[in-house]
Amino acid sequence: MAKLVEMPKLSPTMEEGQIAAWHVREGDTIDVDDLLAEVETDKATMEFRSFDRGVLLKILSRDGAIVRLGDPVAIIGEAGEDIAPLVAAARSGGGDVAVAVPDALSSTSPPSPPAPDAPATSGAAPSGRRPPPAAEAARDASAAPVAASVDATGRVKASPYVRKLAREKDLDLRTVAGTGPGGRIIARDVEALPAAPTPPAAAATTAAGVPLPHAGRGHPARSNGVEPPEIVPLTMMRKTIARRLTESKQTVPHFYLTIDVDAGPLFDLRRRLNADLADLDPPQKVSFNDFVIKAVAVAITRAPAVNATFTETALVYHRRVDISVAVAVDDGLVTPVVRDADRKSLLAINAEVADLAARARAKRLTPEEMSDGTFSVSNLGMFGIDAFAAVINPPEGAILAVGGIRSEPVVVAGAVVPGRRMSMTLSCDHRVVDGAVGATFLAELRRLLEHPTQILAF
Amino acid sequence: MTEMRFREAVRAAMAEEMERDPDVFVMGEEVAQYQGAYKVTEGLLDRFGDKRVIDTPIAEAGFAGMGIGAAMVGLRPIVEFMTWNFSGVAFDQILNNAAKLRQMSGGQLEVPIVFRGPNASARQVGSQHSHAMEHFYAHIPGLKVVAPATCADAKGLLKTAIRDDNPVVYLESETLYSLKGDVPDDTDFTVPFGRGTVVRPGRDVTIISYSRIVHVALEAAETLSREGIEAEVIDLRSLRPLDEDLIVSSVAKTHRAVVAYEGWPYGGVGAEVVDRIQRLAFDELDAPVLRVTTLDYPMPYNAALEAHCIPQAPRIVAAAKTVSYRE
Repeated sequence: MAKLVEMPKLSPTMEEGQIAAWHVREGDTIDVDDLLAEVETDKATMEFRSFDRGVLLKILSRDGAIVRLGDPVAIIGEAGEDIAPLVAAARSGGGDVAVAVPDALSSTSPPSPPAPDAPATSGAAPSGRRPPPAAEAARDASAAPVAASVDATGRVKASPYVRKLAREKDLDLRTVAGTGPGGRIIARDVEALPAAPTPPAAAATTAAGVPLPHAGRGHPARSNGVEPPEIVPLTMMRKTIARRLTESKQTVPHFYLTIDVDAGPLFDLRRRLNADLADLDPPQKVSFNDFVIKAVAVAITRAPAVNATFTETALVYHRRVDISVAVAVDDGLVTPVVRDADRKSLLAINAEVADLAARARAKRLTPEEMSDGTFSVSNLGMFGIDAFAAVINPPEGAILAVGGIRSEPVVVAGAVVPGRRMSMTLSCDHRVVDGAVGATFLAELRRLLEHPTQILAF
Repeated sequence: MTEMRFREAVRAAMAEEMERDPDVFVMGEEVAQYQGAYKVTEGLLDRFGDKRVIDTPIAEAGFAGMGIGAAMVGLRPIVEFMTWNFSGVAFDQILNNAAKLRQMSGGQLEVPIVFRGPNASARQVGSQHSHAMEHFYAHIPGLKVVAPATCADAKGLLKTAIRDDNPVVYLESETLYSLKGDVPDDTDFTVPFGRGTVVRPGRDVTIISYSRIVHVALEAAETLSREGIEAEVIDLRSLRPLDEDLIVSSVAKTHRAVVAYEGWPYGGVGAEVVDRIQRLAFDELDAPVLRVTTLDYPMPYNAALEAHCIPQAPRIVAAAKTVSYRE
């Protein structure tokens, strides 16, 4: 008996997943726990293993497709079974989530002619009858970027008949304002809308095979003198970055404290230490970033108020020092966590960060390895950045942005001499970390970095 | 065509089938000497004699069972309940004998019987005499249940019921007996089971009904039309089997539906219709399907309260507007 294979929940916060790569082909025999595909979730690339045994009869969601939790991705059964009804069932429900197209596109779109009877505004309704749909406004994504019918999770509220009409006319319901109860999109909201000019089958696809709803709809290159932009569908990671950082900047009141540390002693100590470590078998070495992570962790034990989280009802002071380390990867960044960094040696931190970063770049981190940090460190020194300010990684209360070590003239005892400086900026959530608290932490951090043998002692 | 009253159409069906088939006979309380409690069987005793028009004691379980036994041995009884309320006394005979014997005998027995009589509310007959019994009987596999709203259907459906080799529950209405309408004279005119009819075409909302409430639905449709909503009114006629195709094709046109009928809101024929719509026409729905039913109380005797409980046109109008997202 053939059955639909559905997108499973692969991380605690997963709502949809992108098929990174299928590891089986149609016709393959599958056993329980066989690797079916790799799925990119909001957190990481996860292994999607089979719960069933049988023959993979059909793949419903290609590589690159974004699929909602519980929606079908494949059909498994016995060889030769008639799967037409299941395919039909899979097509009528769910399936791939359409890929959103950036608003920037609308500026290059030729304006469509207004509907003959489209009202100039959607203002007051004549008595006894609700206003007719503002058809053009609904079609124009820039005029109505997100309709009220889209709830916080992105689900569109629409009647079944409206969904059928949308399939037939190839309408994007996310751009339609609903006038039914609770903002439900009802028939009269879409009946006046014109069908999209070309059927979805003719729409262009990206290299990954993801359909682009607006591409190929009367946009020949340079038709209006503008080269059409390259459209890159959002990856799960990019969506997560966009959502979390927007939430942080919009809801967390940031303020910034900057110090410039005398990095001379640290520079010298690291050189001496690495020279000694080079004699080990195998040779070892530590980075400035390892010193910074360790120094931050020790400074937190001395100024623990900075290791905190704001909640609506209480301030949460963490008793563990788990440092989130920002790691750049090909198409974004992730923040794996070094647990109990205050109690780990420099070499242990070095090895752990190297392992986490390598697996981050290979998208092999588990969600747990990226969760529950208490304080973040972001170091762009190796990219030639002198100083910058970072966006707080909620629910953490602060993040330290670390610049590179600069060789520059400094004043020592009234004389200008060659020296080394290192700038760092603490971004604080003012709801839980006040200016004096942040300053106390930075003073401890400066003391450690400017007298770095202390760091070796912990 | 002859214009006649609903009760005359029922009588004509019985008389024609009794002429056609000597195995057909009628029995029940007051059907013979008294000429029928509602005069449905008036004249039949004189015409067919007391072997085929039989007065029974006030003992529904007894004469229902006797009818079932007669049907088992080859006769085709028409059992009249003075009202369907009293069929409760005979419920075991209908549930456990009429509906079961064909299956339990492996097809060796047939029970070609018709149970008929007035159903649902009349005027101020109180809580025990106002029941819409179709909801109980339509639940039972092995029974067919029909409920005509017009004089022509009253005749055509009863003739089909008498000719059917299965037990049929045929529901009349006391307040429809005086309704006048044109009825075909053809003695082979029948109305098939499982086929509803569109009694008023419309494009905006489908009102599905049967029996007396069809007339209330038509009244509501007139009101709606004056407000710019064109309702399509469907008379189901046959409750089991149910005309799914007609329901689905109408909802596919209007995308909105109201089911209006007598009977309490919990479960029942209307809930069954809603099930078919959501299951077979899900992609056509623009609004949740609403039901207009008897209110969820034992029927009050007081005339004003009774009118409040029974489905009236304004409630159907309001439901049709709700599913049309108007007001």
